[in-house]
Amino acid sequence: MNIAVCAKRVPLSGGRWELTADGTEIDTSGASMGFTLSPHEECAAEAAVQLVEEFGGSSTVITVGVADSEEQIRSLLAVGIDRGVIVETDGGEWDPQGTSSALIEQVRAGSPDGAYDLVLLGTEAADTADFQVGIRIAHALGWPVVTNVKGLKITDGVARCERAVGSYREIYEVSLPAVITVKDGLNIPRYPSVPGRIKARKKSVDFIAGERPAPRLEKVKLALAVEEQRSAEILGTGTGNGADAVPALVELFRTIGVI
Amino acid sequence: MILVIVDHDRGVLDPTSVQAISGALALDSEVDVLVVGAAGRDVVGELASFGANTVHLAVHDSVTDFTPVASARAALELISRVSPAAVLVTGTPRGNEVLAHIAAILDLPMAAECLEIALGNDGVHQVVRNRWGGNIMETARVHSTLLLAAFAPHAVRAESAVGTGTIAEFTPALSDADLAVRILDRVGEGATGVGLTEARVIVSGGRGVGGPEGFAILEELASLLDAAIGCSRVVTSNGWRPHSEQVGQTGTKVAPDLYIACGISGATQHIAGCRTSKTIIAINTDKDAPIMGYAHYAVIGDLHTILPELVAATRAAKE
Amino acid sequence: MSSVPATAKCVVIGAGIVGNSVAYHLARLGWRDIVQIDKGPLPNPGGSTGHASNFCFPTDHSKEMAQITAESIVQYREMGTFTECGGIEVARTTERMQELARRVSSAKSWGIDNTEIISPARCKELVPFMDESVIIGGFYTPSVGVVDSVRAGTIMRERGQAMGALTSIGNVEVTGIDVEGGTVKRVRTDKGDIDTEYVVIACGCWSRRIGAMAGVSIPLTPAVHQMKDIGPAPFFADAKGDIEWPIVRDMDTNMYERQHGSGLEIGSYAHRPILYSAEDLPSNAAAALSPTEFPFTQEDFDLQDEQALELMPDIVGDETVGEKYAINGILSLTPDGMPIMGESPEVKKLWAAAAVWVKEGPGAGKCIAEWMVLGHSEIDLHTSDISRFHDHQKTVEHVQARANEGFNKTYGIVHPGEQWASNRNVRLSPYYSREQALGAVFYETVGWERPFWYESNAALVEKFGDAVMPRTSEWDSRWWSPIINAEHLQMRETAGLVDLTAFAIFDIVGPGALDSVQRTAVRQMDVAIGKVVYTPVLAINGGYKSDLTIMRLGKDHFRVVTGGAHGMSDLKWFSDHLSADGTAQIVDLTSSMTTLGIWGPNARKIIEAITTDDMSHEGFGFSTCRVVEMGPLRVLASRISYVGDLGWELYVPMEQGARLWDMIAEAGVEHGLIPVGIGVYGTTGRLEKSYRAYGAELETEYNVLEAGMSTKKIKDADFTGKAAHLKHRDEAPATILCTLTVDDHTSANGEKRYMLGREPVLTADGGIITDSHGRRSYVTSAGSAPSIGKHILMTYLPPEYAVIGTKLLVEYLGEQYPCSVLLTTSEAAFDPTNERIMS
Repeated sequence: MNIAVCAKRVPLSGGRWELTADGTEIDTSGASMGFTLSPHEECAAEAAVQLVEEFGGSSTVITVGVADSEEQIRSLLAVGIDRGVIVETDGGEWDPQGTSSALIEQVRAGSPDGAYDLVLLGTEAADTADFQVGIRIAHALGWPVVTNVKGLKITDGVARCERAVGSYREIYEVSLPAVITVKDGLNIPRYPSVPGRIKARKKSVDFIAGERPAPRLEKVKLALAVEEQRSAEILGTGTGNGADAVPALVELFRTIGVI
Repeated sequence: MILVIVDHDRGVLDPTSVQAISGALALDSEVDVLVVGAAGRDVVGELASFGANTVHLAVHDSVTDFTPVASARAALELISRVSPAAVLVTGTPRGNEVLAHIAAILDLPMAAECLEIALGNDGVHQVVRNRWGGNIMETARVHSTLLLAAFAPHAVRAESAVGTGTIAEFTPALSDADLAVRILDRVGEGATGVGLTEARVIVSGGRGVGGPEGFAILEELASLLDAAIGCSRVVTSNGWRPHSEQVGQTGTKVAPDLYIACGISGATQHIAGCRTSKTIIAINTDKDAPIMGYAHYAVIGDLHTILPELVAATRAAKE
Repeated sequence: MSSVPATAKCVVIGAGIVGNSVAYHLARLGWRDIVQIDKGPLPNPGGSTGHASNFCFPTDHSKEMAQITAESIVQYREMGTFTECGGIEVARTTERMQELARRVSSAKSWGIDNTEIISPARCKELVPFMDESVIIGGFYTPSVGVVDSVRAGTIMRERGQAMGALTSIGNVEVTGIDVEGGTVKRVRTDKGDIDTEYVVIACGCWSRRIGAMAGVSIPLTPAVHQMKDIGPAPFFADAKGDIEWPIVRDMDTNMYERQHGSGLEIGSYAHRPILYSAEDLPSNAAAALSPTEFPFTQEDFDLQDEQALELMPDIVGDETVGEKYAINGILSLTPDGMPIMGESPEVKKLWAAAAVWVKEGPGAGKCIAEWMVLGHSEIDLHTSDISRFHDHQKTVEHVQARANEGFNKTYGIVHPGEQWASNRNVRLSPYYSREQALGAVFYETVGWERPFWYESNAALVEKFGDAVMPRTSEWDSRWWSPIINAEHLQMRETAGLVDLTAFAIFDIVGPGALDSVQRTAVRQMDVAIGKVVYTPVLAINGGYKSDLTIMRLGKDHFRVVTGGAHGMSDLKWFSDHLSADGTAQIVDLTSSMTTLGIWGPNARKIIEAITTDDMSHEGFGFSTCRVVEMGPLRVLASRISYVGDLGWELYVPMEQGARLWDMIAEAGVEHGLIPVGIGVYGTTGRLEKSYRAYGAELETEYNVLEAGMSTKKIKDADFTGKAAHLKHRDEAPATILCTLTVDDHTSANGEKRYMLGREPVLTADGGIITDSHGRRSYVTSAGSAPSIGKHILMTYLPPEYAVIGTKLLVEYLGEQYPCSVLLTTSEAAFDPTNERIMS
């Protein structure tokens, strides 16, 4: 089974971002700034590695991003993805349609092991949350797509997908080739091992020059969400390790109308 | 005219998806609604109470449960017939999915996670949308005659309004391929307890709970309050609770009336999933934990001491 | 949210291991109203303590460091936060094996017992997951342990709080430090201002920035130390405890591996130095993990992965063992690798306790507190003293350059004579180009480039033959040359010219000058104008703070001359002891004056050739100084000697130095004058005269009586340390500084070996020698005494051993060599009656 995983390098932070002076980017110039992948994508990669372990074949991670995305690509190679493809950008953001077309082109090109049977990616990107790239890829290829997948089992070329809805799970089945967009919780991604890191250094990562199409979802500027910083009203403290607050809590339950 | 696609689950209206109607009405007095599936007939009355006038009901024999591409095809047929200026949804998993299918088929841009939408006349619209789970807001232009946009859940409040709820039923033309991806089965249904997204009250636990056994007392409180159990990412990655209970940017985003955060420090990842809760109570030993900046009420102390007493007192209060 | 008290006796900024320890020990020593603040939340505010790997290896070649670490381990143990697991430093190379033997010696010198060199098989026995075929041996220390530094810090805070002495508040950010009249006054914070008498900056890698708020230099740089945790390893599934196996330091790869729980932590000092500035550290809110845990950069660790795999294939090579956590942890580096402690020279009552690592934290806190409360610390802290830095050493460029160079020395093999390569040629004497032309080999002292020997004297090696005591071992002769000994011998025959520009020179002037120097110096300073006095300077405990010479140039004018290395600390000490009424001023002339030394039997003839002044023994007595005309120059000549020969130190303004050099050199031609390097001045010349050196023999830990430097009478005037000194005079000294000679240099393989200093001195049967105060006997200085053809060792010995002729052993690189006590007083091995000097 040949699997493509699409992933994206995004800044890592404690959540308190700084923006560049012109307000169009997250300021990633800080020395302590790190980069990562979204948990959804780590799950997608883990699923690909498991499927290749089960069925043979190979897995390829494809990204659209700056050359430094190699760091994130190598981290996936370290957990068992076989090779990487970076459609290299100059750092400017690509809109979902632009990203999709670059990915579609790479998926169409196939891997050295042949055409892809499956494309796995996160349901949404950690940063831009567009919720659409997987679906665009599927339509371009004429493949079925299941989104929000938190359970995946492939038998005889049919993918049985589960998605969580409230307290239950919906079951979908699609024949391969297919696109499946997954969510954090699909599996527990393995950590890279040291031998995995060493092997990853020897795996191939291809760089392909990308040309950014004119955006149709065009970012104008970014703003930090206004933190509604509250000062919590302290109902109890210290005395009885906070248990003095119990009457106030019960009263609050009554006020809100939950008892 | 704006077309809003709302979602129902076998005749039960998804209350979140209705928010898009109110959002659309703020932009245009003329709002049509699309509901897919015969069971959608059951929700028309309710939709009228949110101001829906014309409710297009797409009925097809092969569509008996949620079928994303079929919904998109129905919408496309309707779009070509009624020529809306925008198609809006609430960005629930289903809402986003159906809208993305429309966007992909039409090769038009789509803006998800919108907080504000301004329709332009010249094929350029402006939206403000969430990035990073709401930590950053993006102002973006959408270059498209037909605007396809999804409101971020809870970005607009569903407001009551008077609508006629006139049903315009049609049968969309669907191919086999459009029906290929659909719900085949549901598992785990009828399980006891309240789902996270529907719950009015959530009792949520974090690292401070200490381990899987520590959740027993949270469950006791939850059952008294008719609440769902939630948890932070640490809890699921430690394997103390199932991932389905994770509240946060990569878990479930919730907006209950009451969110009780027990032993949760309040990492941004978690806050992104619960910040829109009406009331947040934090129970934590650290008065300086980040959660205190979001909570309305706080108890500084050990949840292992407080919760048993709170359970007892709540039980007594209910009797 | 929290607010802060409006006043305090002392504000401790920082709640890492150091701040907690300082706060607790201040409380223990009786201070109250101590307020401790940190910008992060307690108990783990996000500094380096929070991610430290928390292990303590007690052995260090630096005595000061070893003592601080030993004290820290005592405290960690007492708090129940120390888990002893043992530690092995393994060697992959023979050079490292020699270094490990040297570490055994240092361990013995500093009182760390039961360390031993072990075989690869024994290493494997102790650490079964090691591939012993990769190594050739190990240095095993059973007392190595892992501490819980956050818990220890919490305990110390709680103790301080229980005494009612300490208030600790998290999430308080310092926004400014106010200084009034040169004394710290107030700490400004985002939660309010605190008026305070004292401030301690214990902010780890933020210290430089916080210090700058008060105009104080704390020259350190945040730097990366990479580590990764892998696990869970099936091998550790049955581990009985959290820390069960010894920690392994793979010295030749600059790495360590340690088991904890089911995981293995791999740390590295091997990667390229990655330095930052305090401004690069993010806020707690913006940090992904903590402000001092930067994202791991795998490419810097690629080689380390492979090396870890080599040594521990069973764990590291297991593909199921994942990398759970990996960071570029931030720690503090200083230009010389030592901590930064003490009261700042810039602002009174503002103290620093920075660049202290977890293994040193509690000890450093105790030292600082003692120093603040009692005036001195039990452990001599002169190499950690914040006042040691000269101006150029406070620059960002210097700090970065040296930290960059020093980082990979963390596990390196650092020869005691090793010179820094970076940021050289900062301070050049007026003779520099002349010295260069003479083939000077320059060593650096506090920025000064000083000739250590001159290649132009190479021919003398042949002249003196075996008398230069040639060395065949590469290690013994590294950073050494037989030319040093040849220069020495030639100086004793004719004369030598020594560049002494690195001296620190400061004048104390004004009506209160005499009072100021009297209260600082042990010797009588109310002497005739023109007298030169060599004097100890004591700490309050009667231990050595310094030794130096003071010239009385006028009624109200004294000139202090001291070694460059310690000059800035001496300057601060004298400044701190100026008359309180403001009637004395101190003027630093270090960069205005240059000094040339000329010594040897022909020194007088050479000087007489360029002056008409009376330079005869009668006309210019020993221990006197006066201004003499030499050609067009007015030269302050001071007749003293640190090399044991007739001669003078000649002081002129810096710009006139070259002219002086040229006149002397010209006059010297017919008298066989040669240029002589610091190798002679600092080692051979002084050692055969048994002259003591500060930092080697003389430390706060030793008193004047022990050092054998007591005089018959003691002056009436009061001076710092007098009470203690008087007490010492009434006691039998617990140890006595002796001069030893090595009886046989032959090692097991037949090569002659020469000790370099700091080696343990043992009884004839190899037993440890400890005095009644618990101090070990070790070589304080070692070097050739070419004139007597011996290799000299100076060491303190308890009275029962301090007997002329006593046979002892000195341990050097794993072997023991016989030596015997030559002298038990300050009397010299060479020219004991000082005929040369007094001629």
